[in-house]
Amino acid sequence: MATLDLAVDQAALFECLLRLGDNTLVLGHRVSEWCGHSPVLEEDIALANTALDLIGQTQLWLGLAGEVEGKGRTADNLAYLRDAAAFRNLLLVERPNGDFGQTLMRQFLFDAWHFEMLTALTRSADKRVAEIAAKALKEVAYHLERSSDLVIRLGDGTAESHRRMQRALDDLWSYTGEMFVTDDADKAMAEAGIMPDPASLRGPWEARIRDVLAEATLAVPTGTYVHKGGRKGVHTEHLGFILADMQFLQRAYPGATW
Amino acid sequence: MTAIAKPSITEIRQWLSEVPDPEIPVISLTDLGIIRDVTWDDETLVVTVTPTYSGCPATSIINLDIEAALRQRGIDRLRLERSLSPPWTTDWISPEGRDKLRNYGIAPPIDGTAADGRMRERARQLADGSNLAVACPRCGSHLTEKVSQFGSTPCKASYRCRECLEPFDYFKCI
Repeated sequence: MATLDLAVDQAALFECLLRLGDNTLVLGHRVSEWCGHSPVLEEDIALANTALDLIGQTQLWLGLAGEVEGKGRTADNLAYLRDAAAFRNLLLVERPNGDFGQTLMRQFLFDAWHFEMLTALTRSADKRVAEIAAKALKEVAYHLERSSDLVIRLGDGTAESHRRMQRALDDLWSYTGEMFVTDDADKAMAEAGIMPDPASLRGPWEARIRDVLAEATLAVPTGTYVHKGGRKGVHTEHLGFILADMQFLQRAYPGATW
Repeated sequence: MTAIAKPSITEIRQWLSEVPDPEIPVISLTDLGIIRDVTWDDETLVVTVTPTYSGCPATSIINLDIEAALRQRGIDRLRLERSLSPPWTTDWISPEGRDKLRNYGIAPPIDGTAADGRMRERARQLADGSNLAVACPRCGSHLTEKVSQFGSTPCKASYRCRECLEPFDYFKCI
């Protein structure tokens, strides 16, 4: 089944698949924390549906990661039985939900990146990667449309909604740079034509967010400091709490099913 | 077993067309366009299914339903395969399926209106093409408005008719 291409660094491929799957897993979990708590019913449903898409994509990415690793680990094993240091998600997606504005701004900054990343991945030399990306991209186009629309409406809304959106943007800005950092695993994937060099996504991402933020009357922060580490397994304290919640059942009752 | 002729693919497709979608039972799995292939691999029947949305919780139920329906017809050697590519699109929903959705109160998808990440151009496209307006499945009015892009299941959006004032689901294009 697995098409093992010896020319491709399988360890780097595994690492980069974990990054994709862990981003969607952690953000999916974060977003699902809103279920039953949103400001309005429609948003509650929208957030739950977005979370569901992200968790579905996680099953595909982590499923493939387990296949590439070749040690018999399933998507569930990877999600439920790894400790924080083995997670490869961006620090951005583990940021606490904060208020609705912060959740939305985090979603928008991520969606804009996710959209560019998946678009590039649809051209992957690895057919399995390209197939998952093509599937996920259709869903993420809706996520991006929704989060852009809401960022514009709330940014260009009341004085209070504007203030909160600007604060959310200012708070999250230093976590966006990590999306564009390139390391050895990324280089290996880019050279093999399997994944894009993350740095190449910055231009299109920035063009899009500047466009939306201008329409939302929000000021793009000028800070250049970048919080990073998540993609190497160095996380903020928040991830541990997410995992404690998410992994409890499988840790306490190994192999539990229903 | 060898003495009994294998049922034809047409016959099997007919059986599958009687299996309802677990979330929207008025429409069948074949109407939905998710049965991508039905073929015999020697003595084993292989049914290839594509998921609608990657996180759709109905996916595993659909597989169970297919298995149950075919086993009931005496197919005991069965293999279900998942196909991701080409990804499912609402364009594959059959004309009969669209009628069934409308009669059930769900506005069927308007092809070619899937989100594609080009927000401004798309907003203009949707605003300019008045023929793209989603018709109310109850009164047929085109005076409708989107309440939320997401509805009761991942595949639907919430709409409201401004004429008869009824809220309704729109099976959104993907």
